[in-house]
Amino acid sequence: MKGALKPAAAAEMIPEGASLMIGGFMAVGSPERMIDAIVARGVGGLTIIANDTAMPGKGIGKLVSAGLVRHIIASHIGLNPETQAKMISGEITCELVPQGTLIERIRAGGMGLGGVLTPTGLGTEVEDGKQVVTVEGKRFLVETPLKADFALIGAWQADYVGNLSYMLTAHNFNPIIALAGRTVIAEADSIVPVGVIPPDAVKTPGVLVDHLLIRAS
Amino acid sequence: MDAKELIARRVAREVRPGSLVNLGIGLPSMVANFVPAGLGVFFQAENGVIGLGARPPEGMEDRHLTDAGGGFVTAVPGAASIDSAMSFGLIRGGHLDMTVLGGLQVDEAGHLANWKVPGKMVPGMGGAMDLVTGAARVIVAMQHAAKGQSKIVPKLTLPLTALRRVDLIVTDLAVIEPTDAGLVLREHAPGVTLDEIIAATEATLIIQGDVPEMMLI
Repeated sequence: MKGALKPAAAAEMIPEGASLMIGGFMAVGSPERMIDAIVARGVGGLTIIANDTAMPGKGIGKLVSAGLVRHIIASHIGLNPETQAKMISGEITCELVPQGTLIERIRAGGMGLGGVLTPTGLGTEVEDGKQVVTVEGKRFLVETPLKADFALIGAWQADYVGNLSYMLTAHNFNPIIALAGRTVIAEADSIVPVGVIPPDAVKTPGVLVDHLLIRAS
Repeated sequence: MDAKELIARRVAREVRPGSLVNLGIGLPSMVANFVPAGLGVFFQAENGVIGLGARPPEGMEDRHLTDAGGGFVTAVPGAASIDSAMSFGLIRGGHLDMTVLGGLQVDEAGHLANWKVPGKMVPGMGGAMDLVTGAARVIVAMQHAAKGQSKIVPKLTLPLTALRRVDLIVTDLAVIEPTDAGLVLREHAPGVTLDEIIAATEATLIIQGDVPEMMLI
């Protein structure tokens, strides 16, 4: 862990056209201060890899509203009418992926695997253009791994070496994307001394985290 | 009793003691209201909690604890919070005893369409494809018809959710079981005749002997 940055300084690291994995499920567990800083910077052409695009005014929805998103890889966009409208108009392209497949593709990317074999999507539109293999008599779709330039994490507690813990349903994609971003930036509700998060409660080891955002003012 | 409550009360009878159950958002989530306490049932929300509880008291909601629709919930004693890889590992890996999902169409093969209306509604499949692929038992809870059109059809005209045949269809008119031979009419709703069900169903129904009235919780 390289230290704590102001949100604006963290947003400065993100170039035009970058790919971002962002934690959160309907914005629960999303790094809101980091997202606000990206909106303030106005860097566009982004590819977003996340479960969903929340709703206008919340989480990833703020990036969509600001017109900064070019491509989305997500499992569900139905609760954000702006994402739907921009997809229909062609401003945003969208790859829809079954939720369990999406998280495993990210996990594969982060854990050095060449992909995932899953039965989910067989016989549906999801199968189109993909390889199908048979293992021990069962058919599986071959799904490719996903990585991103940045993983933006929303955590509950961070300590001074970047160890992270999460609260309740705010885990979701966060612990998995921490492995799949080339640069990992974490925002926590609070930053606590080393030892306050017991080793057994650490869900993301600090060695994966490049930068923390400074505490909220 | 309105149609949705009737469906939820009938589906609740399918919930077995000590089971792990996932309820889709909307109508299926109403089923939890009618499952008797003390059955030892855990409800899973795919965003990351096993042991979903009722809505918290007004003003005591926690922004870190929501259901898959983003609504505030509580957690019951014995609950566990999990990340998305674990959540979908439970679903895809066969550890989920039952799921209850809404439907747009079910056909004579027992195939479900519930995630897309091409050109009109493209919200993304979210967890639906994983749930239908992986749950031990899949129950579709839906109105028998929408805008006067039967949702139980000879062959799907909407995109398939998964190749797996669903186990039971519960509507405001009937309980129908997909089998190798086709759709078997198992029960009729109170006050609904078999002729009325046949007239409201575009698919062919198999009627074997007496068809009893639905038992409700």
